[in-house]
Amino acid sequence: MQAALEISNLRKTYSNGFTALKGINLTVADGDFFALLGPNGAGKSTAIGIISSLVNKSDGSVSIYSHNIDTDFSIAKAQLGVVPQEFNFSIFETPMQVVMNQAGYYGIDRTTATQRAQKYLTLLGLWDKRNNQNRMLSGGMKRRLMIARALIHEPRLLILDEPTAGVDIEIRHSMWEFLSDLNNTGTTIILTTHYLEEAESLCRNIAIIDGGELVENTSMRDLLKRSNREIFVLDTETPMKYYPEGMSNVTAKDESTLEVEILKGGNLSEVIMALSKQGFTITSMRNKSNRLEQLFIDLVNDGHKNTGDSRE
Amino acid sequence: MNSRELWISFQTIVIKEVSRFARIWPQTIVPPVITTSLYFVIFGSLIGPRIGEMQGFAYMDFIVPGLILMSVITNSYANVSSSFYSSKFQRSIEEILVSPTPEWIILAGYICGGMVRGIGVGLAVTLVALFFSDLAIHNLFVLCSVVVLTSILFALAGFTNGMLAKSFDDISIIPTFILTPLTYLGGIFYSVKLLPDFWQGVSLINPILYMINAFRFGFLGISDIGLVYSYVIILVFIAILFFVNFQLLRRGHGIRS
Ligand SMILES: Nc1ncnc2c1ncn2[C@@H]1O[C@H](COP(=O)(O)OP(=O)(O)OP(=O)(O)O)[C@@H](O)[C@H]1O
Ligand SMILES: [Mg+2]
Repeated sequence: MQAALEISNLRKTYSNGFTALKGINLTVADGDFFALLGPNGAGKSTAIGIISSLVNKSDGSVSIYSHNIDTDFSIAKAQLGVVPQEFNFSIFETPMQVVMNQAGYYGIDRTTATQRAQKYLTLLGLWDKRNNQNRMLSGGMKRRLMIARALIHEPRLLILDEPTAGVDIEIRHSMWEFLSDLNNTGTTIILTTHYLEEAESLCRNIAIIDGGELVENTSMRDLLKRSNREIFVLDTETPMKYYPEGMSNVTAKDESTLEVEILKGGNLSEVIMALSKQGFTITSMRNKSNRLEQLFIDLVNDGHKNTGDSRE
Repeated sequence: MNSRELWISFQTIVIKEVSRFARIWPQTIVPPVITTSLYFVIFGSLIGPRIGEMQGFAYMDFIVPGLILMSVITNSYANVSSSFYSSKFQRSIEEILVSPTPEWIILAGYICGGMVRGIGVGLAVTLVALFFSDLAIHNLFVLCSVVVLTSILFALAGFTNGMLAKSFDDISIIPTFILTPLTYLGGIFYSVKLLPDFWQGVSLINPILYMINAFRFGFLGISDIGLVYSYVIILVFIAILFFVNFQLLRRGHGIRS
């Protein structure tokens, strides 16, 4: 299958001498829904900046649908849409002007541009606001405006840098649905996010970068399979007068909360039965963190050569 | 991009630039018209008659061409420097940088936007001047070509300023400390032939002198400088500034990290 994005040996050293990317290799297949994860300062936005020619790379190469962004920039850029992490439109313009101008920069004629502006502003719930000055939009609306702007030339590859940051739950869910539909109609999507359940539910493949290096690049399914332990939080009915005995995988967090670590293949119901034999009544139970979150923390911590289990 | 797409992109930038200054017309169009009108009233009508003739023309008629060109110069410059700097500051310049629009179209679009404002204000000032002076045209071709080229030149210079500026202060430093003095000393109000030899020589270093004299030739048919020199100087500056701006854009100076 053709690659939507091919990055090889990508390096970036900023003018202050800081090396943000230390040689990244990454391929994203056509049609993929791809998660690019990493802690703050990992280099995600730097990589996206280079792909979208807003950051000069120090070394390496980037191709979008086999078109090199340096030698074949016109075709490469026409196939790419980017939603940056920071707002970067004029606050004195209106949503309509922003998307229409963006269409113009891609050489799209006015008739087509007007139709698409209506389509995407409507899809993103901004049609009513189309003639308001951008500074009067809420944070979530501004972010959706950047999505509409990135789609106006109908790119084959859409990269979103934390599109759901600062967006309320309802809109986040409708954004997920919107992105899934877009992906189903053939648009390749790369997403960065700090909400790991978002990555888990949307993305098929995943790369994790940390400290400018790629620490993981695999399918979501394989990664989750590797998840070898899960921690459950149990709430007891009444404050405990004594703590459970003889159960190495159970720890008391406070007088009415227990944590149970279950290794792969372990049996949670045995633990709960043992607890009730000792007189504890469990009223509710939840995952301490989702599986991806735990893996993510482990992977990133490995990179940091830490020994602890979590970074709480 | 094919030529049709390039044209659409160019148009988009120009229309955006024009609607920007048109939207804020009380800041962009009215002040230069008021300022030059004051010059006409004070230097032309009130003091002018006492000065008498300058090179065979009424003082009012002598200063009108320079004042028109001054408004073209400052407005072409200011439009591009402030618009480009603020799109850099708001990062909306990234909208163009991610698109397939090539650097030379970006440059051409901004320059054209600056020209529309420079020449537009120049026309408005000319209309006001008609109340004070019977403007005759000696050579329409010289008039038009000089005003267009001068406007290109200063729009390019404004672009350089916008690219290099790191703060809003940097946008006003050059106009205040370089552009305005050079314009005033560029022979708007006097013929350099009135100056002592030494200062005549010094004046010749000032490129604006060449433009003002060529422009005045277009109206009155007189000039302190040979026309050919004027055209050469203007074209050389345009070529240099175009090259400088193109390189700055290429390297993404101040717009790409
Ligand atoms: N213009 C710059 N000059 C110098 N260093 C920079 C610049 N931009 C980013 N950096 C540094 O590069 C590193 C990577 O930054 P980047 O923005 O790519 O991280 P990120 O993975 O997107 O983080 P986040 O999740 O917080 O958005 C950081 O250490 C940052 O401080
Ligand atoms: Mg980032």
